[in-house]
This record gives sequence, structure tokens and C-alpha cells, in this order.
Amino acid sequence: MHIQVNDISKKYDTKVFALKNISFDVNLSGILAIIGKNGAGKTTLVRILSTQLLPTSGLAFIDGYDVIKEPQRVREIIAAVPQEARAIPWLTPIQTVSSYLMWRGLSYREAREKGREALRILGLEKVENEKNRKLSGGQKRKVLVATVLASEAPLIFLDEPTTGLDYLSRKELWELLMEMKKNRLIILTTHYLEEAEILGDLIGILDKGKLLDLSDIQSLRSKMEYPYSIKIYDRDIKMVVNGIVKDVSDGLQIFTNEKNVYEIIPKLLEKKIKFSVQEVSLSNIFEFFVEEGVQDEEVLEPNNGFNSG
Amino acid sequence: MKRYLSQIMASILVNSIYAMINYPVVLINTLLAPLSILAVVTFASHGTLLPVAALGALIMNMVQSGTSMQGDLSHLKNDMKLQDMIVSSPTSAGIYILGMAISEIVYSIPTLTLLLILNFIFVKISIFGWLTIFLDMILIFTFSISLGFFLSTLSSDIVQSWAFSGIISPLLTTIPPVYYPITYIPYPWRYLSYLSPTTYAAEIAQSAAGYVKLNLINFALTWIILIIFTIFIFVIALKKSRWREI
Ligand SMILES: Nc1ncnc2c1ncn2[C@@H]1O[C@H](COP(=O)(O)OP(=O)(O)OP(=O)(O)O)[C@@H](O)[C@H]1O
Ligand SMILES: [Mg+2]
Repeated sequence: MHIQVNDISKKYDTKVFALKNISFDVNLSGILAIIGKNGAGKTTLVRILSTQLLPTSGLAFIDGYDVIKEPQRVREIIAAVPQEARAIPWLTPIQTVSSYLMWRGLSYREAREKGREALRILGLEKVENEKNRKLSGGQKRKVLVATVLASEAPLIFLDEPTTGLDYLSRKELWELLMEMKKNRLIILTTHYLEEAEILGDLIGILDKGKLLDLSDIQSLRSKMEYPYSIKIYDRDIKMVVNGIVKDVSDGLQIFTNEKNVYEIIPKLLEKKIKFSVQEVSLSNIFEFFVEEGVQDEEVLEPNNGFNSG
Repeated sequence: MKRYLSQIMASILVNSIYAMINYPVVLINTLLAPLSILAVVTFASHGTLLPVAALGALIMNMVQSGTSMQGDLSHLKNDMKLQDMIVSSPTSAGIYILGMAISEIVYSIPTLTLLLILNFIFVKISIFGWLTIFLDMILIFTFSISLGFFLSTLSSDIVQSWAFSGIISPLLTTIPPVYYPITYIPYPWRYLSYLSPTTYAAEIAQSAAGYVKLNLINFALTWIILIIFTIFIFVIALKKSRWREI
């Protein structure tokens, strides 16, 4: 799937830009995860690309089809579950999924078969004939995800598909998405950064309507001045470090670069202090990108000693 | 072609068949409004207006399809976000609405059947008269469905959509001379009733059944005005409805 977005901006009736000069070009099958705070513009971007909303300016193409001028072409190859979509309460899961597939053009029989299959994969076969209103919140969300999973659309938009799912269900869905992404592109938004990190072949970071970055997790890391995090389970240490130090619940967290990691570790070993080393997580990167000022506040002057505790 | 049939069938299943199977009580809903006015008019006129009111109930039933489609579409769009899912699918606005319009007819089949039986019993109409009434009903149905779709795309929540229904229903069915002849309305009020397309639809039905006499010019004029109303709203719905939001 090839998605080209060229200088898309969106202004609702208000004066503020919900999206401002968004441009990117991705050509992949896999998962593009979009993260950003509430109101960052994730839903707006997804709705524009899935032909539900017109941008104020700019162009977008999906596999060469103009999203603005040829929406009917685009609609043949996409499927979307909106953020606030709800499973219609008076339908059963199988009726929900199969009618959606019929709207996609499948015959009643095919739609029932494919629908059953999707519900089985999502572990909903036991409730497929219950009314949706009787299902739990997470089950209702799964019914909606099942509708688009069952479709053969090569480009799928999922706006916060895992919100409200318990941890295990979320992991189940991740596995499913990993399976599904093999021959299509899934664009998903999420507030779970761990999820974006695990699933996202590419990760887009939106903030206040601007696309701050869009790349894979390794390149995001490589853009960080301090791509490593050392967690020290002891506050009462005296040591000289190069990097950012943060107080966390059970000790200290040092963000630093590779060279410093090699310098710090022997010292910690020598002092027999418990520690762990990791590459920075997406949440660290996200905070760095979005919370301006993190660095200024907490960076220590190089080679300044610090006392903490 | 097969594909369009599937898409239309999906709307019918979701909006009427599954709803009726899962909540049979909804059937009473469509039955109640036309029948209650029919009863009131019949009793108040000591039975003399029964045939005219029975024809009126048929027209009201068609108009009601449009108002209830407005409500259904708004609900599915605003509360379920179903319309967004349909927009991002191969189903076009036209096919979706066609399916939904048919689903409203399916929904009102019990009412329609009962009303047709009443009309067969109490109103003497020729084959030609029935054909006229049939065409008349299709026109007023198209009118109200177009209006319903147009309003549903403008509504952004259920309260607004209730307000739309609350305004349209009485303006189109209860107040205009649908259940009784227009001659019952004194001037200058009669002029006001000519603002409603249902007045023309009722006049056509009543003349087809022989309850009012229209000369050729009036007859042609009534049709022309009803057709213009219908085309006007249909075009507005086509042009101004928001399938993709702006
Ligand atoms: N229909 C609308 N009319 C006016 N403003 C809107 C509308 N929809 C969104 N906005 C505004 O546009 C901005 C972006 O909203 P959007 O829904 O795209 O954010 P989001 O990243 O999806 O947020 P969330 O994580 O809360 O879902 C917000 O400031 C929001 O208030
Ligand atoms: Mg959102």
C-alpha cells in the first residue's frame, strides 16, 4: 500500500488547526501506528484518509488514487472502524459482521461464513447469537474489529481499537493484527505506547496537529541524544554521569548514550548496585518529543557530579 | 448488480428485519400514528369521513417512512458511527439510502397491509384510480425519504434529530388536509395548506377515489406541483447532503 500525504491541513469551524501541513509518503504492508495526546489530530487524520472528512487544504493519494477527487476508488480498498463506533445493540455479533460484509458487496452466504470465521478468531463464537447490548464493553469492541478483519480490504483504519480491552484481550488482538498485517496495511491509532512500539512497523507522532516524526522505532531512537536508559535501584549513590537523571518510584533512571553506558556500568558493578540497562522505550521517546522542556530541566552539565537521595 | 443487491439487502436487514425480529414491539409503533388519527377523524365525523381518512392514512404512512428514516439514519450515524463505516466502504450514498428507504417500507408492511385492506373495504376505487394512488404514494414517499436523508446528514445528535421529526410530522401530516377534504378549511387558512406537498398528494388520492372533483387544469396543476416539490427536495438531498463531512 502506498500512501502519499501532501501538505494536508484541517481547520474545523474554529480558528485552530486540527492538522497543520502534514506530509508523508509510506509504502509498506504492515502497521502504521499513530500516537499523540488527546486532541493531537489522530482521528482527524484517519478520517481524512478514510474519505470521511475533507481536508481544508492539501492532497492525499492511496495507491495512486486521489482521496479527495476519487473517493469511490479509494473506498473499494479501505475499511475503517471509527473511534466512537458502537456495535448496534439490537443486532447479534454475527448479524453485525455479516451485514457489514454485505455492504462491502459479499453475498449473504459468503458474509455469514466469513463473519463466523472472524468471530471465531476473536474468540466470540460463543456469543455470536447474543444481542450486542448484552456483551461486555470489550466484547463489543471486538465485534467491530471483527467486521473489518473479515473484510478483504488491503488498507484498514482502526482508531483506538484496543481502548477498553483487558490486557489479555489486547495481547490477543495484537497477535491477530500481526497476522493480518502480512498482506495489508493497517493504520491504527492508540494511546498505549507499548502497543505502538510492539505493533508499529512505522510510528507517527502527532502533536497539536503537527507530525513530529514518522519512522520506525530504531530510527526514532537514533534521533535521541540519549538512546539508552539505565535504571538504578538505589537513590543514595554518588556518581558523575553524562545524561538526564530522573527520579522514579523505585530508584533513579538515567538516560544516556552508548559510550556513557560503558563507562557507568563498571562503576555500578564495582559498587554492587542493582541496575538494568535498556534501549529507551517509545514512551521515553514520546515524552521527549511531546513534552517540551524535559531536557532543559533535567539535563546535568557534563561531568558535573550529582547527589541524589 | 448482485453486489448492489447485497448492499441494499444489508440496509434492509439491519434497519428493519433484524430490528423487527429482535424487538417485535417496534411493529406497533408504525401502526399507531396513522390508525389513531384515522380513528379520531372517523369518530368525529360520525363515520362520514372514513373513506377519505383511510386514504389519508396511506399518505401519512408514506410520509412517516421518511421521518422515521431521518431518525434511524441520524441514530446510526451519530450514535453508532455506522455511516462513517459505510462511507469508508464500497457502498455509495445512493445505494445506502435506497436500502434504508426500502427498509422503511418493509418496516411498515403490517401497517400498509392493514390500511390497504381498510381502503379496499371502505373506498370504492377503479383500477385506474388505484394506479393513480400508487403513483401518488411513490411520489410522496420519494419526497419524504429525500427530506429525511437530507436532514439526517445535517443532524449531529439525537436531540436535534428528534426536533426535526417533531417539526416535520405535524407540518406534513396532521395539520394539512390529508385526513379530510381541503374544502373543510376556510379561507385564508386554505392558502397556507397549499404550502405542504401532502395537500396535493391527498387531493390526488381523493380525486382518484371520486371524493373531490378537480377540473383538468387543477388536476394537472396538482400533479405538477407535487412533482416539482419532490424533484426539488430530491435534488437538494442529492446536492446538499453531507456524505463526506466538510
Ligand atoms: N467535528 C469537530 N468540530 C470541531 N473541532 C473538532 C472536531 N473534531 C475534532 N475537533 C478538534 O480537532 C482537534 C483534533 O481532534 P482529534 O479528534 O483529531 O484528536 P485525537 O488525536 O483523535 O484525540 P483523541 O486521542 O482524544 O481521540 C481537537 O482540538 C478537537 O477539538
Ligand atoms: Mg481520536
